[in-house]
Parts: sequence; C-alpha cells; structure tokens
Amino acid sequence: MLSKRNKEVLFNPLSKDNPVLVQILGICSALAVTVKLEPAIVMGLSVIVVLACSNVIISLMRKTIPTSIRIIVQLVVVAALVIMVQQFLQAFSYDVSKQLSVFVGLIITNCILMGRLEAFALSNKPWPSFLDGVGNGLGYMIVLVIVAFFRELLGSGTLFGLQVIPQWCYEHGYMNNGLMILPPMALITAACIIWVHRSRNKDLQENNK
Amino acid sequence: MNKNSNTYQILYAAIMVIVVGAVLALVATSLKPRQQENIANDTRKQILSAIHQTAPADDQVEATFNKFIVRDYLVDTTGAIVDTTRNCAFDVNMKTNVKEAQPKLPVFEARVDGATKYIIPMYGAGLWGPIWGYVAINDDGHTIYGAYFSHSSETPGLGAEIENAPFQDRFKDKSLRYENGAVVAPSVMKKAANGDEIDAVTGATITSKGVDAMFKKCLAPYAAFLATKGGACDKPACDKQSECGK
Repeated sequence: MLSKRNKEVLFNPLSKDNPVLVQILGICSALAVTVKLEPAIVMGLSVIVVLACSNVIISLMRKTIPTSIRIIVQLVVVAALVIMVQQFLQAFSYDVSKQLSVFVGLIITNCILMGRLEAFALSNKPWPSFLDGVGNGLGYMIVLVIVAFFRELLGSGTLFGLQVIPQWCYEHGYMNNGLMILPPMALITAACIIWVHRSRNKDLQENNK
Repeated sequence: MNKNSNTYQILYAAIMVIVVGAVLALVATSLKPRQQENIANDTRKQILSAIHQTAPADDQVEATFNKFIVRDYLVDTTGAIVDTTRNCAFDVNMKTNVKEAQPKLPVFEARVDGATKYIIPMYGAGLWGPIWGYVAINDDGHTIYGAYFSHSSETPGLGAEIENAPFQDRFKDKSLRYENGAVVAPSVMKKAANGDEIDAVTGATITSKGVDAMFKKCLAPYAAFLATKGGACDKPACDKQSECGK
C-alpha cells in the first residue's frame, strides 16, 4: 500500500515540495481566506477533498482523454467536484458555507489543482494519484493554518474566535494590528514562512556562484 | 481507436458534459429541500437575534421562532395592516422588495416576557456587497429593543464587525424620532456624542454609512405604522425616554 515511492508522493508536498512554499502555487486563495483560522481550515479540507477526488478521477480517465482537449476535461471534472462540495456544505454545514461564500467556488482557479492533474494524475495510477492529492492538499492546508494563526492572533487578538490576548494587555496600551487583517500581510507572512523554510532546508537554496 | 480524431474528441466532450451535467443536476435537486430549510432557519435565527433570543439547538429553530413571533403581517404607508396571512412577511424577498416603487412593508410581531416588539427587516448596500438586518422596536413605537445585521462580503475584522454583538448592542435603547412627520432613525457616525447617535465601526467608514443609509431608508415608510403604536419620540435627540411623555 505505502511503498517507498508512495510515501514520498504523500509526504514530500508537506515540506520539501510544498505547493505554496516551494512551488509558490495557490497564493491567491491563501491570501483571501487566512484572516481567521476557521475558514482557513475548512478551505484546506475542501481543497484536500477536491484535489484527491479529481486526481483519482483524472487518473482513471487518463488513457481515454484526447490530449488536445485534456485541459478542458480537467476543468470540467474540477468544476463539477467544486460545485458538489459547495452544495454539500450548503446542505449540511450552512454556517461554514456562509463564511466561505465565494472562496469555495474559487478552488476551481487554484493553480495547485490544475498543476497536480497535469503533472501527476495524467501519468500515474489512481492510488498514487490519490496520495498525491491528499499530500498536496495537506501541504496547502498547513501553510493556510500557519498564516491564519498569525493573522488572527495579531490582527484580532483571537484564535478560533476566542479572545486569547488578555484584557490587561489592551489596558496597558497594546493594540490589535489592523494591517494584519489586510491582504498584503498574508503575502508578507507567507514570505516569512518561506524564508524560515528555506534557511532550514539548505538543499532548496539556489546556487549563486 | 484514434484518440486525436475529431469525431473521438467531439464525442468524448459531449458524453462527458452530459454525464457531469446529469450528476450535478441530481445532486442539486436532491439537496435542495435541505438547503432551503437551512436558508429559512437561518433567516429565523437572524430575526430571533433582533429580540436577543437564540434557539437551544439547531433543530429547534423553527419551534423557538414560532414561540416568540406571534404573528407576521404586511402594513401600508398609512399604517394599516393589509395582509395577515401566516408567513406573508416571512416570504417577502427583501432584495427585490427594496427596489420596488411601493415596497411591501413586512412586520413581525414578537412577544418577549409579555411585552410586544415589532421587528422590521432592512436591506441595503455595504462596501463590497449587500448588507441586511432586523430591528426590533418596543411597543411604545420609538425605542429600539435590539438590532441584528449581517452581510455577504464585507472585510473580516472591519466591515464584517457589523454582524457581531458589540456593534449591534450599541443600538439598544436608542430611539427613533420625528422630523417633519417622517421617522428619523438614529445616525451611525464617527465619534457619536449625542445620546441617539451610534458609534460607527472603526476602519469601516463605508460599511457604517451603508448601515446608516439602510436604517434610515428602510424605517421611513413605517412612520405611520409606528405612529399608531405611540409614535416616534418627538423631542430631538432625547436620551431620557421618561421625558418624552409618550
């Protein structure tokens, strides 16, 4: 089930080959949904579901897909899955679907999806494709959660909507950083994470000789 | 078979679209009743929030709603009740209603601890999209008992703060007043000083202005209806209800 190669497929995207930190994909949605932790987690889970399912479906279809219309085929599969996720959220988890509003629909435009379908699912069997989808989805989610953690903590003083910065800090002049709530700070936070990640993984650094 | 022939590609695309379309249609129609129930329950929750009530559990929203909201009806600009069919106010789509030349004027009548409250729905524009809300008015016709606001796409942490209790609580006990026979809702503004002004959300000027405009626009046609309940407070900007004599 989990051969050495499959393990790499599943775990590499978490760190060494992280879609957001190393491949710099899916930045746009990382920016939009990371103001608070809860929507970031639901968004991450939705991406994992859509990515794993679409990877499996495309992998099953890979031998029949005509090469000249493969992008359209991928798009139709992804769009159908995203609409289904949206419908299920509206039916079974209405509050969360209200919070995420348009962002679930925007999963379709997430470059990670098309990237994985094109680079992996089209040339691999369903099981490794499934693992690849879960791995990349998790890699994406980890980054979202880290960014959302800092943005919610510093921007609103809360975590999961609960106040964590004690009242006496505010009384002694501490203020929530309104800038953290604005989209540019998501990029700066993500950049800081990339910086830390690269300095810890020497093999990711380009040779500047 | 040649995968790159035109016939194969066209057939492939056609079959795929038909299959996907059928699956999506099936999912959408089978989930539709649940989704509509969720939307209706969500509206009920919002109306209940205006009178500071919450359902004990998600499956008891409708029961709680029916317990507090004794009846709903439509009124006209002269203050007369024109339609008392059950759910006639609940079924008004505020989004299209506010655009009409003569909008329907829905009212929900609630009883909280023996006192009657009139809940009036509102709909307006924020910075990025629509905002809406419900305001509950005491049976004296001018004191605000509670207000609820929500939005579809305001900035989290800024404009989106209108859906949180700290902002909504600022409306409690403020009063409506008359100016030239029209009802004037309290203003939402920066540095509210006067007793009937409401502090805007910091950093969300346009959303706050949207709330202000929505409040004024949606309450204006109810002047005559509220007058039959005791009327708006006639002293300009009064902060002590007892002095009004009403």
